[in-house]
Amino acid sequence: MKEQKDIFAELRVSKDFEQAIEMIPYAKMLGIQFSEDEAGLPIFNLPFSDHNVGNTALPALHGGVVAGFMENAAVIHLMWMMDSPIMPKIIDFNVDYTLSGRAQETYARCEVVKLGKRIANVQIKAWQDDPDKIIAVARSHFKLIRE
Amino acid sequence: MSEKPERTYLIDNENLAGMLSEGFLGNIPHSQALGIETVSAERNKATLKLPYKDELVGNLSTGVIHGGVMISLMDSVGGMTTFCALPAMEAIATLDLRVDYLKPAVAGLDIFATGECYKLTNTIVFVRAVAYQTDISDPVASCVATFMRASSNKIQGVIK
Repeated sequence: MKEQKDIFAELRVSKDFEQAIEMIPYAKMLGIQFSEDEAGLPIFNLPFSDHNVGNTALPALHGGVVAGFMENAAVIHLMWMMDSPIMPKIIDFNVDYTLSGRAQETYARCEVVKLGKRIANVQIKAWQDDPDKIIAVARSHFKLIRE
Repeated sequence: MSEKPERTYLIDNENLAGMLSEGFLGNIPHSQALGIETVSAERNKATLKLPYKDELVGNLSTGVIHGGVMISLMDSVGGMTTFCALPAMEAIATLDLRVDYLKPAVAGLDIFATGECYKLTNTIVFVRAVAYQTDISDPVASCVATFMRASSNKIQGVIK
């Protein structure tokens, strides 16, 4: 059986975004999708779905969904950009919520602030209609497993 | 020194306490989707349970629950703990949340999360929480979060 990292490396070459999400059950459950922008950087989107609601009165997305979407984005971003796509291990995740997530599609982008030998620091921003109106910003540390 | 006047707790109201422990999560579609259950709710403290499910896995080769699920669990227990600390029903919103992943969760085992409110102000609720599987003194993750309290009636209630 092929190892996960080899499968992911092939998907990266064939740009099979859908199949890459299939490899992460929780990303699939949330309904995360992604593609590449003109510069080849991953851009993530989370179409609205009823089971991602946290507040039915507003309605608003569950804070954990927004953060989970951002955390998935960081993991996939690192695997997509690194030479060897071994799934990084999360050390910590720190999220600030700046606006409530409305019942609509949400987007996210990541920036690798620091890529060390053992640790990566990633910043993640999430928005809905307007990329300048951030609904949440997060930073996360990951332990990198190199061969 | 005179003692502080006794404050009220939403959780002390028998009707609301039942709604908190049984109905709160039922009103949150994503908590239902994850399968989160209430274990206990008391003054300033709450415990939730996340039963192990295959669809919540983050890494297929290890079967370990996704780190993002842990954030949802922590956010849920933080919200629940906040209601256990509030004097009356009001709308709340997560302001920020930090999760430290202390060790990998064991695949196949349920995860519990216990939250404690250590400070309540007029505007902010400060909460800390731990997640564990078999032993609360050997947690898989810890969390600190702040929740904003309703400032006006413009914000609709979190609980219907």
